[in-house]
Amino acid sequence: MNNTPVIPVRPDKLDKLIACPSCDLLQNRVIPAAGKFSRCPRCHSMLISNKRNVIDNTLAAAVSTAILMCAAVFFPFISLKGAGLTRDASVMDAIGAFTSGFMAPLTLAVAAFIVVIPVLRATALFYALAPLRFGKPPAKHAAKSFRLAMALKPWSMAEIFLVGVVVALVKVVDLADVSLGPSFWAFAALVLIVVFENSTLCKWTIWRLLDPDT
Amino acid sequence: MCRRCHAALSSREPNSLSRVWAWLAAGIILYIPANIYPMLLTKTLGVQEESTIVGGAIELVHYGAYFVAFIVLFASVAIPVAKFFAIGLLAWSVRRGSSRLSAHRRMQLYEVTEFIGRWSMIDVFVVAILTALVQLGFLASINPGPAAVCFALSVVFTMLSAQSFDPRLIWDSIEEGERRAER
Repeated sequence: MNNTPVIPVRPDKLDKLIACPSCDLLQNRVIPAAGKFSRCPRCHSMLISNKRNVIDNTLAAAVSTAILMCAAVFFPFISLKGAGLTRDASVMDAIGAFTSGFMAPLTLAVAAFIVVIPVLRATALFYALAPLRFGKPPAKHAAKSFRLAMALKPWSMAEIFLVGVVVALVKVVDLADVSLGPSFWAFAALVLIVVFENSTLCKWTIWRLLDPDT
Repeated sequence: MCRRCHAALSSREPNSLSRVWAWLAAGIILYIPANIYPMLLTKTLGVQEESTIVGGAIELVHYGAYFVAFIVLFASVAIPVAKFFAIGLLAWSVRRGSSRLSAHRRMQLYEVTEFIGRWSMIDVFVVAILTALVQLGFLASINPGPAAVCFALSVVFTMLSAQSFDPRLIWDSIEEGERRAER
């Protein structure tokens, strides 16, 4: 089989090339204008997004995620009033919903999806990026922790939990009076911040900043 | 090893397709009990009612909450079933080396599948919050049924199946076709 690459690759010019992470097309690297992003010409995946303040934005989002998660876990989430009875439920109660019998492992999974993984991602991002923010060289395991944060992305499900809460509220709103606690709003804010963080983060830019060789 | 991030490197993920099929089969098998067994056990004034995933959505329609019923049906029935077909189609087309869909369309299908799969978890979280909230003693209480575990596992397995798929395989068949045409 004929294996000639599309572009002749010169080892000393490797930095001027980029391989699309989705379809593997090797192409000349074009850094987009400020605020714009570039896409692979073959499969249209995003290659590089040139946003300003990538590190500041990501660090701000990571710190606020951690703070809001503390509030979301420890304050009352939702309370239900019906026929003279009141029931307060916190995020911890929702996590503990599956503790009976063979469903116990699901408790761990739910805890991981809505609390542990979002906090772990925030911590990993903070660890990887905070030294860069203050002009210091990256920490020892910065690359490993940034890679962890990227791998955990699909498993961080705070926003899905919030939609689940809304669906559940529609089911019980006829049954009893529902009131939302401070933790609900903390969680809602957290979801907005995670969405903002994911939309501003450009992996290519951060890897370049983390690499001492470039 | 990547010299920048120390991840293991491979031109194409080894055994990508075998892992895709294995996780997909596990996901489909668990989706069956997830629909047969009850998701929610509701006790009102001592009377126990059981509702499955589809049953819960039908109940919402009776309340008149059409939009929420639509979200639940979409997240727990339409997305998982569509995902089974989408992953199966992608893996099948790579093995055959051709497809009626263009590579670009298949890439879009892969991206949508990967992005939307996690949203199936909605129903598990609904069960969790209902169980936590509706514990009003004799008046009304809600407990999770065995389907919740099956459904959660089915979603996790199909997510792993989608992640095992190496999208670069879609484009390999094109490059092979181009090379054949050049000769």
